[in-house]
Amino acid sequence: MSVLVNKNSKIIVQGFTGSEGTFHAGQMIEYGTNVVGGVTPGKGGQTHLDRPVFNTVSEAVEKAGADTTIIFVPPAFAADAIMEAADAGIKVIITITEGIPVADMIKAADYIKDKDCRLVGPNCPGIITPGEAKVGIMPGFVFKKGTVGIVSKSGTLTYEAADQVVKQGLGITTAIGIGGDPIIGTTTKEAVELLINDPETEAVVMIGEIGGQLEADAANWYKESGSKKPVIGFIAGETAPAGRTMGHAGAIVGGSDDTAQAKKAIMRSCGIHVVDSPAEIGKKVAEVLKG
Amino acid sequence: MNLHEYQGKELLSSFGVRIQRGIVAQNAEEAVAAAKKLTEDTGTGWHVIKAQVHAGGRGKGGGVKLAKNLDQVKEIAGQIIGMDLVTPQTSAEGKRVHQVLVAEDVYYPGDNEPEEYYMSVLLNRGTGRNMIMYSTEGGMDIETVAEETPHLIFTEEIDPSTGILPFQARRIAFNLGLSGMAFKEMTKFVTNLYKAYVESDSSLFEINPVLKTSDDKIMAVDAKVTLDANALYRHKDLAALRDLREESAIEVEAGELGLNYVDLDGNVGCMVNGAGLAMATMDLIKQAGGEPANFLDVGGTADAARVEAAFRIILKDSGVKAILINIFGGIVRCDRVAQGVVDAYKNMGDAINVPIIVRLQGTNADIAKDLIDNSGLDVMSATEFQEAADKVQAVLA
Repeated sequence: MSVLVNKNSKIIVQGFTGSEGTFHAGQMIEYGTNVVGGVTPGKGGQTHLDRPVFNTVSEAVEKAGADTTIIFVPPAFAADAIMEAADAGIKVIITITEGIPVADMIKAADYIKDKDCRLVGPNCPGIITPGEAKVGIMPGFVFKKGTVGIVSKSGTLTYEAADQVVKQGLGITTAIGIGGDPIIGTTTKEAVELLINDPETEAVVMIGEIGGQLEADAANWYKESGSKKPVIGFIAGETAPAGRTMGHAGAIVGGSDDTAQAKKAIMRSCGIHVVDSPAEIGKKVAEVLKG
Repeated sequence: MNLHEYQGKELLSSFGVRIQRGIVAQNAEEAVAAAKKLTEDTGTGWHVIKAQVHAGGRGKGGGVKLAKNLDQVKEIAGQIIGMDLVTPQTSAEGKRVHQVLVAEDVYYPGDNEPEEYYMSVLLNRGTGRNMIMYSTEGGMDIETVAEETPHLIFTEEIDPSTGILPFQARRIAFNLGLSGMAFKEMTKFVTNLYKAYVESDSSLFEINPVLKTSDDKIMAVDAKVTLDANALYRHKDLAALRDLREESAIEVEAGELGLNYVDLDGNVGCMVNGAGLAMATMDLIKQAGGEPANFLDVGGTADAARVEAAFRIILKDSGVKAILINIFGGIVRCDRVAQGVVDAYKNMGDAINVPIIVRLQGTNADIAKDLIDNSGLDVMSATEFQEAADKVQAVLA
């Protein structure tokens, strides 16, 4: 088992023929991911990376049976790409694009809310189920198969955590990059819930950062769920000054309740194993699982 | 991107939001001319002189003053322009004031007592929708109101498919206790305010205070406007309002080089790929006994040119006693980054005079470590995160 993506996922790439799309689609295919085609309006009928190019997402669904998409479309057009995918009946919409205007995301989030789909991202590294499917921009070799699920707002910090877990002799079921924007499709709570409910996942690593309430919501849900599956947590940004955006558009301390310290306190009170040092994530996972 | 008060007010006014009128001035003479013009246009007797800097709490630092005649306008404008204004939101050195807004006096006596309210428009991150937050407690610090009298803060969430609806505007006016002409004025004010927010792609409007004048007009006396930087490409006119004097020179320079940099006060500079890992690296520096001197995300392509640019930016800060480079190579190959560090170091010669700790992990990390170790340069390499922290600690000791 795994969550969201696996070897049977039929994946398309929106923004397939652009430079980002081409590079990462190539890497995904090389990893063994089941990429069934791509979409670039106006280039339908062509072949790219030995896969068919479609003009529209609906065409890709109809002709290639696509159920999952990864979006590399530039920021000005990315929200439209999300809505097109939702309209076409795609079930998992993974959006890598960084820098989408907030107003566009408000519209897209509202448009997809009653559709049968799940948005992951935007501004995220994607999702990987090791050995089955890499639907993202992460370095595949870091993620070895195993029993630890990862949920994270950040790209490189996800790789760091996975690397530490693997060096403890453990591995990953699925790693979900949820993204660092103020509006994202899948929340920390939803991603943690998916992994807690995955029978193959024995522990969940939850990596957050300053800004917003997502980690507190996830922690409160975890406590109420009564789950015995351990969750190991880290929050980046303890040293970040208030009121400054730290790289990710959503990483900004707005009040006293969204600092790293406040989030860690809530997580601890909900039974999450919180580490203060980002160098100790893997060690703590091993300690909790083997202890 | 933040706007000055006068720019924010002009934006609001262009959408039909009533504002306290004013004219911006760069020196005392211009301020006097502005005051004369304003009296002709509005009939105002007194004038309010307001420092135009990107910081709140200006009144507390002496940046907002009332002038009762033209001599006072000249004197006060002369005092404020050129001063380093210290407010609760600035550093101890304050912010240099380059211009003032000469504004009409709107607290004139009349049939009713003037009243102040608070109003902001912002994103509710929990629901992914915009909301209008407002309170009867205007003119005060809203965080204080939230702590002491949270029941006096109201919110109205806006459905993106309809925009603000008439009943919502009425509810706001009722909750603020208004009636008669002030009620009508408020519904118009809030409707136009929301329209301005959406059409300008703003990410924050904070109007504090919103004033009910003694003759029942509703107007914005202050305006804090933050625009969504990601949407500026479709608002060229608003993008042109950026005032680089209000931003840290070093951050502006870093931005032009494509580096995401935030200047901090510490002693250990850092260079990292990815925002989350950069924040985590700052945290680790602190735990190792140092203080981060900056946040710096070099992005996905850390080649020699970028690494050199990043070095130059970090070294502009004389407080930096050591530099920690932390790269998790994924698509980026560590050996390329290592070569970039070595090349940049050689190019810069003696400009680098602080110890450097380089931690490279991921793709080709071993080759990268050999490259650094055999370069003959005074650079310490590490592969594990904790190892890097220990080396920072040793260097600072």
